[in-house]
Amino acid sequence: MTTQTTDIPPAQGSEKRSWLREHSELGVCALLLALGVLVLTDALTMDVDIAQRGPVGPKTVPVVVGAGLLLIAALLAVDVLRGGRGQAETGEDVDLSEPADWRTVLLLAGVFLGAAVLIEPLGFPVAGALLFWGAAFALGSRRIDRDPLIAAGLSLVTYTVFNNLLGVPLPGGPLMGVL
Amino acid sequence: MNALNSLIDGFGTALTPVNLLWAAIGVLLGTAIGVLPGIGPAMAVALLLPVTYGLDPIGAFIMFAGIYYGAMFGGSTTSILLNTPGESAAVVAAMEGNPMAKSGRGAQALAAAAIGHFAGGMVGTILLVALAPTVAELAVDIGAPDYFAIMVLAFIAVTSVLGSSRVRGMASLLIGLTLGLVGLDQMTGQQRLTFGSLQLADGIDVVIVAVGLFAIGEALWVAAHLRRRPPEPIPVGRPWLGRGDVNRTWKSWLRGPFIGFPFGAIPAGGAEIPTFLSYVTEKRLSKHKDEWGKGAIEGVAGPESAASASAAGTLVSMLTLGLPTTAVAAVMLAAFQQYGIQPGPLLFEREPDLVWGLIASLFVGMVLLLALNLPLAPVWAKLLRIPRPYLYAGILFFAAVGAYAVGGEVIDLVILLIIGLIGFGMRRYGLPVLPAVIGVILGPNAEQQLRRALQISDGSVTGLVNTPFAVIVYAVIVLLLAWPLLKKAVIRSRAAA
Repeated sequence: MTTQTTDIPPAQGSEKRSWLREHSELGVCALLLALGVLVLTDALTMDVDIAQRGPVGPKTVPVVVGAGLLLIAALLAVDVLRGGRGQAETGEDVDLSEPADWRTVLLLAGVFLGAAVLIEPLGFPVAGALLFWGAAFALGSRRIDRDPLIAAGLSLVTYTVFNNLLGVPLPGGPLMGVL
Repeated sequence: MNALNSLIDGFGTALTPVNLLWAAIGVLLGTAIGVLPGIGPAMAVALLLPVTYGLDPIGAFIMFAGIYYGAMFGGSTTSILLNTPGESAAVVAAMEGNPMAKSGRGAQALAAAAIGHFAGGMVGTILLVALAPTVAELAVDIGAPDYFAIMVLAFIAVTSVLGSSRVRGMASLLIGLTLGLVGLDQMTGQQRLTFGSLQLADGIDVVIVAVGLFAIGEALWVAAHLRRRPPEPIPVGRPWLGRGDVNRTWKSWLRGPFIGFPFGAIPAGGAEIPTFLSYVTEKRLSKHKDEWGKGAIEGVAGPESAASASAAGTLVSMLTLGLPTTAVAAVMLAAFQQYGIQPGPLLFEREPDLVWGLIASLFVGMVLLLALNLPLAPVWAKLLRIPRPYLYAGILFFAAVGAYAVGGEVIDLVILLIIGLIGFGMRRYGLPVLPAVIGVILGPNAEQQLRRALQISDGSVTGLVNTPFAVIVYAVIVLLLAWPLLKKAVIRSRAAA
């Protein structure tokens, strides 16, 4: 794999901010730490007397995993402070020379959640078409004449193939009730 | 001989018209999806899982085998014609294949790759037929401590052999193990990490984890860094090979499998290491050393054949031990679990129709792959021009279909998105995805084996190491863990000398 770093050029301004930016990976440590605490709390507050069978109960492995998370969070923090950096993943369509485009990511996540909410009231064909069109729009496609048609076609074909040919039921919604 | 009879029965299963149809659809779909830039074999298999939900297990796995080989071949087409491989196994294919395509020999590069896949897959699958029943027989007697040891080996290997940072590999593995803990404890029914939610009590489906990490995570990651102008694929005609090319490559095709197969069977990252080893070997043996780096055809033929054979090797450990050594195998194991089938030594006894039908369909799939891909290569090359917004919108769309089809629940889509965001963060900070997937799939199983072993030994830790097999496996684990230290010591002593 090719190695490339995604270090965002330090912002003009306070040194503290650029330090935080360069060490943003410490956020991963914080998340691992939080996850470890969560797993340990859940394991230690477990009420196991009724269910214990054999010398190792349902608590043991979560305790080990939780402790492991705490340990790795600490080790990763040491690594980051010593200058270690995780290499961002490369790929065919990935251009790491520019900073991350958060707007697109948030838009995509929003479109996805919206489609998830709509799938039951509107049915899969409509929600799926909206998901495809919305995602394509978020990714920069602006062909108002072509995009909705492709979205609707893809969604309808997928619905028919899964629901009628492959035997995987998907909700049709009011539209399919009419057709 | 017994294996041969079973294989003939397997062909009886694989060659029924319906199953032949599933194999053909699998090969076509797998290649088409695998060719698409940004989609590696693991994501292709994860995205295509729901297609098989409505089928009977035999049909589903026959289709799956086709998807696996098709997706691997598709990936190498992408790297030859685009030169920006997304997955590590295809990096080597680009090293000689892309210069060949640039100098107008793309058709020959694709043909060398296609035939390499065919040869590697054939030799690999023959080795699979010869070895798998024996391995399964040997493994039938292994007990809980041995299984636990194998799974620990898988965890350690996947975190320390692959990737550049062990800490990050471990972090990924622990995230996976945590996700695997969610739900009811298999032995006592105790709720763990469910926070009182009924939906979480069933646990998080491994398919959702796999699709979330591989597909949603990748789509979001690419969306954040989408190239303004996608790389231009090199146009290509129908693949063919001249006599001179065949003379240069046939030995490479046959050498590849013997490098690829053993590496596929052990948890060492699948095709990545053997393709590179094969590349180096071919370079050393080549009579045309001046061509290397500018498009030496052996550099495509050997590694592609090794990659294909490593897929067969992967199936040996997956089917006989239930041990996934690559991301694709991990997803396939998830598929087996969907059908309530547990791969392992008993699989060959309990589900002979399924196993031998699957193995026979590998041969069928390989023939179909060769027959379809040589004439269809120009069509596949056109797929590389797909507008990127449609490609990644399509990935999100089919990921949603797959997650929803698992149980018909909207909450699954929300979990899918959350896991996708985790996958996004992992890509940003260099946490490898594979350990997490292995953790989710093997974690619950490993815990069960551990508890069973300790139950038998009445809590004594010696119950984990009371078989020679387990002791050997732990010795290998210690070796893996100590390897970087040993390497340092060797280098230091050499420097001192």
